[in-house]
Amino acid sequence: MYNYPDKRGYFGEYGGQFVPETLMSALNELEKLYNDAKRDPVYQKEFKELLGSYAGRPTPLSYAERLTEYYGHGKIYLKREDLCHTGAHKINNTIGQILLAKRSGKKRIIAETGAGQHGVATATVAAKMGLQCTVYMGEEDIHRQELNVFRMKMLGAEIVPVTSGSRTLKDATSEAIRDWVSNVESSFYIIGSVVGPHPYPMIVRDFQSVIGTEARSQIKKLEGREPSVLLACVGGGSNAIGLFYPFLDTSIKMYGVEAAGLGLNTSKHAATLTKGKPGVLHGSLSYLLQDKQGQVKVAHSISAGLDYPGVGPEHSSLKDSGRVVYASVTDKQALDAAQLLSTQEGIIPALESAHALAYLERLMPKTTRKDIVVVNLSGRGDKDMPTYMAVKTIKGKR
Amino acid sequence: MNRIQRTMIRCKVEKEKALACFLTAGYPTPEELLPLVCAIEKGGADIIELGMPFSDPMADGPVIQLSSQIALQQGVTLEWILSQVRLIRQRSEIPIVLMGYLNPIIAYGAEKFFNDSSLAGVDGIILPELPLEEQGRYADLISANRLANILLVTPTTSTKRIVLIDKGSSGFLYCVSTAGVTGSPKSKIDTNYIKKVKTTAKKNPVLVGFGIKSAEDAKRAVLNADGVIVGSALIELIGKGKSLAAIEVFVRRIKNGMQKR
Repeated sequence: MYNYPDKRGYFGEYGGQFVPETLMSALNELEKLYNDAKRDPVYQKEFKELLGSYAGRPTPLSYAERLTEYYGHGKIYLKREDLCHTGAHKINNTIGQILLAKRSGKKRIIAETGAGQHGVATATVAAKMGLQCTVYMGEEDIHRQELNVFRMKMLGAEIVPVTSGSRTLKDATSEAIRDWVSNVESSFYIIGSVVGPHPYPMIVRDFQSVIGTEARSQIKKLEGREPSVLLACVGGGSNAIGLFYPFLDTSIKMYGVEAAGLGLNTSKHAATLTKGKPGVLHGSLSYLLQDKQGQVKVAHSISAGLDYPGVGPEHSSLKDSGRVVYASVTDKQALDAAQLLSTQEGIIPALESAHALAYLERLMPKTTRKDIVVVNLSGRGDKDMPTYMAVKTIKGKR
Repeated sequence: MNRIQRTMIRCKVEKEKALACFLTAGYPTPEELLPLVCAIEKGGADIIELGMPFSDPMADGPVIQLSSQIALQQGVTLEWILSQVRLIRQRSEIPIVLMGYLNPIIAYGAEKFFNDSSLAGVDGIILPELPLEEQGRYADLISANRLANILLVTPTTSTKRIVLIDKGSSGFLYCVSTAGVTGSPKSKIDTNYIKKVKTTAKKNPVLVGFGIKSAEDAKRAVLNADGVIVGSALIELIGKGKSLAAIEVFVRRIKNGMQKR
């Protein structure tokens, strides 16, 4: 039976706790807090209630009839995380973590954000719980994601622009960790993906696994059987692991799709598992985009949410074991897929999710009519409108 | 016995407080590293700590972040740093400690790196990303190459853990003065905490670092410790373009200020 992480926080060879000593007591405390909460029916009830009445769960599993006809092979279902409150799956995790923060008694929340989706989801639950919230965001991303910056501010969060390094998600994460090191007694760090030191990759996975658990019972009701293939995009990897995790003990095929940016043969991509090598960043050992000297490379993707040179350690382990196949699609392929879903299904996807959809081009011809493919539609496209509007291949008057 | 132990014993015998000075290797330029080491040694430093720059230094404040970025832009690598250590060793026996992040070491090959470091004349290693829980095979490689494995304790470390960390540490015990990153501005040295570390750590001499900015800070820190480590304050002076003579004076003021008259 699949039973990772082990006691030391490792998924096979990957994971661990590569952090300054200052954080060790906080990480041990967090692990204990989480293990207690997991067994506490009061906590579980509160978590489920908020997922339902606040985040809008369960999200539907929609049959994509016209997209299925377009490819003419297996049946395509979409897990509709785009319908979650705040517009993406990120809220599943922030609800779980804010309830832990409440139990810890800490009054101040810290978060990092790239595209701003995790920042918005954190600012949202912090407002709901009446806690102070500080979000670190790269200066470069602040310019790219103006709408989300405004949303976070309206929700009462303080946005701290990060001007070090590449001024994107990796630097925002470093800065959030520095804040945590400096204010560890008073602040609770809500990490946004299945990355960072143990126990974060496990906690975030567990909170996101509601996606796969729901999808599994929904497809059983709709089709009376298990799906044949699962498909999700991978940046840090939280929506993918959320869908995959409840299915890991089956033999169902799984594909994680990374961002190939301008192409795998250029330096402008974010395909960590495809092109990276194992290394240590932000507290865990995992695949990492790096140069020969072990300096971390700057990732590129048209989707700010996939623009990260690292990846969750559990994905590294699933890649090495071969349980999940990791592929990648380019910026252009993702844009085409976003356009296709919009006109075929009346759903404008987030650019991140469009990467998973783009892989259908390669996957569907290999399926038969008996196959059922479940795609995680991790978020909606509202936040990406400025990007879509700037692209010539997207329909619409400008 | 390596150079760090010899130095710490000498300090103890002569009732002298020890001073370790941190330089980001290759900042402000690679050419300036050797003259800076010379000036600091002349100023009375007992140990040189060379920071190996990393692209994402999460335990460092803005001063060392920026110095690391500038060093990397000028092509600083681990190979180059070891070549500089060999040059220093041609004329000086001052203990040299390398401090840095794990990933460049993994990329170099950990086994080869610790071996090459030892051959070049390095005496100790500080890896702030390696808490007790991750020491494992790295600790073995470090000690197999007769390098001191200098571990850190912080204000959030429990007394029980201080004992364990002291046991695992060699050369000296790095007592981080505040919960924070290097060069933390808000630091007011907590003498009670340092006293707790000093009375708990029976094996190693205790050196206090992070946020030691002046001779006054240093004096306060060594009330209950064996010495201090000065980093960001020194890098800041270097960044302001101060002369080697001025750097030497700064180091001497800290070293002398700590000693009982």
